Amino acid sequence: MRPTGTPVTRRARLTLFALAGPGLAAVLVIGLRGLPAFGDYHAVYGLVVTGVALSMRHATDLVTAVNFDLRAFDTLGEEYILFASVLGVTLLLRVMREEDEEYSVARHDMYGSSDAVRMLALLLVPLMVALGIYLVIHGQLTPGGGFQGGIVLAAAPAAIMLAGRYVEVKALAPTWAVEATEAIGAAGYALLGLGGLVFASVYLRNFLPAGNAGQLLSAGFMPLNSIAVGLEVMGAFLVAWTAFLDQALLIRRRRRGNQ
Amino acid sequence: MSFLPYAVAAWLFVVGLWGVVASRHMVRTVLCLTVIQSATYVLLLAVGYRSGAQAPVVADIPPVTPLVDPVMQVLVLTDIVIEATVTAVLLALVIQAHKRFGSVDPSDLRPLRD
Amino acid sequence: MSPHITALPVVVPFIAAAVLVALRPLTRRWMDDTTTGASVIAIIVLLALLLERSVQRPIAYWMGGLTPVHDVTIGISLSIDPLGAGLAAFAAILVLAVLVYSARYFDDVDGLFHGLLLLFTAALVGFSLTGDLFNLVVFFELMGAAAYALTGYLIEDQAPIQGAINFAVTNSIAGYSMLVGVALLYARTGALNMTQIGLALDRHAADPLVIVAMALLFVGFLTKAAAVPVHFWLADAYAVAPTPMCVLFAGIMTELGVYAIARLYWVIFAGPMHPHMAALRAILVAVGVVTALLGSLMCFQQRHVKRLLAFSSVAHIGVLICGVGLLSDKGIAGDAVYVVGHGLIKAALFMCAGILLHRFRTIDEYDLHGQGRVVPAAGILMALGGLLLAALPPFTLFAGKSLLEEAASQAGYNWLIVVFVVASAVTGAAVLRVTARIFLGWGPTDAPEAGQARAGRVSEDEVGGRPEHTPPMMIVVPAVLLALALAVALIPGAVPAIEAAAARFTDHTAYVTWVLRGRAVHWPSVAPSHISLADVGYSTTSVVAAVGLAAVGLFGRPLRRHVPVAIERPWLRAVHVIRDLHSGHIGDYVAWWTAGASVFGAICLLALA
Repeated sequence: MRPTGTPVTRRARLTLFALAGPGLAAVLVIGLRGLPAFGDYHAVYGLVVTGVALSMRHATDLVTAVNFDLRAFDTLGEEYILFASVLGVTLLLRVMREEDEEYSVARHDMYGSSDAVRMLALLLVPLMVALGIYLVIHGQLTPGGGFQGGIVLAAAPAAIMLAGRYVEVKALAPTWAVEATEAIGAAGYALLGLGGLVFASVYLRNFLPAGNAGQLLSAGFMPLNSIAVGLEVMGAFLVAWTAFLDQALLIRRRRRGNQ
Repeated sequence: MSFLPYAVAAWLFVVGLWGVVASRHMVRTVLCLTVIQSATYVLLLAVGYRSGAQAPVVADIPPVTPLVDPVMQVLVLTDIVIEATVTAVLLALVIQAHKRFGSVDPSDLRPLRD
Repeated sequence: MSPHITALPVVVPFIAAAVLVALRPLTRRWMDDTTTGASVIAIIVLLALLLERSVQRPIAYWMGGLTPVHDVTIGISLSIDPLGAGLAAFAAILVLAVLVYSARYFDDVDGLFHGLLLLFTAALVGFSLTGDLFNLVVFFELMGAAAYALTGYLIEDQAPIQGAINFAVTNSIAGYSMLVGVALLYARTGALNMTQIGLALDRHAADPLVIVAMALLFVGFLTKAAAVPVHFWLADAYAVAPTPMCVLFAGIMTELGVYAIARLYWVIFAGPMHPHMAALRAILVAVGVVTALLGSLMCFQQRHVKRLLAFSSVAHIGVLICGVGLLSDKGIAGDAVYVVGHGLIKAALFMCAGILLHRFRTIDEYDLHGQGRVVPAAGILMALGGLLLAALPPFTLFAGKSLLEEAASQAGYNWLIVVFVVASAVTGAAVLRVTARIFLGWGPTDAPEAGQARAGRVSEDEVGGRPEHTPPMMIVVPAVLLALALAVALIPGAVPAIEAAAARFTDHTAYVTWVLRGRAVHWPSVAPSHISLADVGYSTTSVVAAVGLAAVGLFGRPLRRHVPVAIERPWLRAVHVIRDLHSGHIGDYVAWWTAGASVFGAICLLALA
């Protein structure tokens, strides 16, 4: 019997794409030609939302109103995608049997960190925390919300890590605590939805009073949703970054002869 | 001129696919995926654009001002989060691939050949 | 008034997963198992209640209470009809089976597996129940996010990493394709709710934008369903994923891609595509036939048992795509029964493969030659599975296949029956062949090629525990699943109920009434089909052919001398070319994806404009 033939060569692969790529581009362009001209907008969904969202929910940032109220179920799925992916990263970057976490001093200082970087981080951290909190709780008023604010909040510890204090950050905010924060945020959002079920008889119905537009406590449960998502996003990104930094800085193959 | 954003979206989509096909480094493969995703962002936001309209924040403008579509922006926001997280999973796999195979070139991954 | 519990089957696993992860440092394995098991059982009960309710009257549940006004929606709906609810319940049942089966797996990851499994379950359920197009894509991505990491779980081996990367890249691209389709449809109709989009599209004929949107959405879901030529990722992923995950992938996840195509056609595109039904039918059936035949061919070539089962799944997915492609209610009914039958059988077969892997640390057919004698129960189950896979009458897969055969003749596609018989026979034969070789020691021990052998051996323990003894649960669970595969079609009224559900699924105009306007629909009664003698004849043929082909696979090497060289050499060359295309290189797979998408789009534009 003949042995298996030569594997697909790079040239064959590129040739296939050279034929298929323009074909796909043509199909896409033909489909896109049917779109209305750029800027010529008639979509019912958007028109209705911009018309009623302010009066319905007293929220002035309509993107957040759609994200955390009108299409909150999508956001629930989205935040759990984030949750699942971070669980996945933790699973995939776990310490294997032949590896060890080594805390020897020379390893964990990030290359290039200096006093200047440390001082800059020190100045930036309170600013980032303040900005993050502002973005999270003002989600229903101005552009922002849980996702954006959560990232900025996660950037604060990240700045300290980059300033060379990775191990200290890990000691101060151990992984189990950060994971718990993330999980509380995720559960919190789903539970707020249950609040809608319990108090307003439909899941994810906005059951808190809408308040006055432009005030901090307005738009029903949107600020609470924002906070839940903010916690979750902050926790999730810190867990992910920690997993990657562990791989780069701490985890080493166990040397033969050692325990 | 009014077709340009859509043409850019189509271009990004195909160029990103090319990047994935021709890549010799798996990190580049992963980043080319984000290029393909950018095509969908451009398309979604272009579909939602309205000439002469303001951003969908009504904090200090009269309520009858025409506004850009907030729903498309929400879709893009959702997609950005999804993309970031899937990229994280893929990069974790690339790290492990580097440890297992000693290489990040897709051609060096042997075991699953039929 | 929709039941208050409607959202709970999706919410319960979400909350349970978050709680499990939050308490991860404190919990033990048995706590995780109990919490997860209790959640899944709760989901099954909830879905059973919803299923019963949806049979009386389908449920349109609007999140946040945002009911539509004048047929315009601003919220997200769960549009629950009996087929969707039934599919979700079936998914949850498989998850429970996996949970019981995998008590010995995943010992060293405290809580991560359970969390990911719960999120995967939430995605399966949400995907089956949702009525919103973008929400469908979100649940598709959630399914993927949980699946990619679990596929690459065995990080200490090389193959799982590669399989997971191929899986993740290909399915992500599928998601992007879907998003382009969503954008196109939104620009045309201004809606994201599937029923509202369908209503808006009904007013006009199909123009290139609608055709391209349909093509891109279908290509995306066909990638998930592993149709040819976007199927390459599936064999890689199934071969390397831990067995419990393979059970779920093969049992329900891949089939949901076919479900999505059916749902999208009947809710959104049935209106504009109505004048072009014949052409669309031809296109989809062609995809299904190529997939079924290629899957069968590759299946028989494998010696890696999990990869063999993966390709047999591809073959059966081809049959399912034909069923949807016939664009009739009988086709959908046949597919629904077939999904249940095939899902149960494939799940049981993968569990048997897991038993072998656990016991012998290898899943290669020739390495395992004769060794299965020490675990005969698994052999009996595998043999039964192989016969059932060949559509042994009168059991569930046979019932589904008969409905499909009837649908094919009604649509004038009588020759499809030959394809169905071939797919059943070849895949059943492959399973019977490996069963005989492993458990009875039949056939030669020297292998034709050594190249595949290395891939079949596992270095890391996929499971804990001593290999001298197979835990009884690992045998009981697949036995129960096979018993269900025998029983389901025999329950009086089960198949007619599925046929009635399929008739409602395919009633395009009714969706507007019960989803957008919340009014009751008068469903006409459906005359149940009867099994004809011809159906029994076809399936008996496939079973006999399977046994015969298995025998040839085992003992047929001397027969090769009688095959004329003029046939043998080109045939072998063609087979080798096809096998070489399955190279494991992600660039190849994406190049084929681009080719498939462009050809499918081009054919749709030419045939349907």
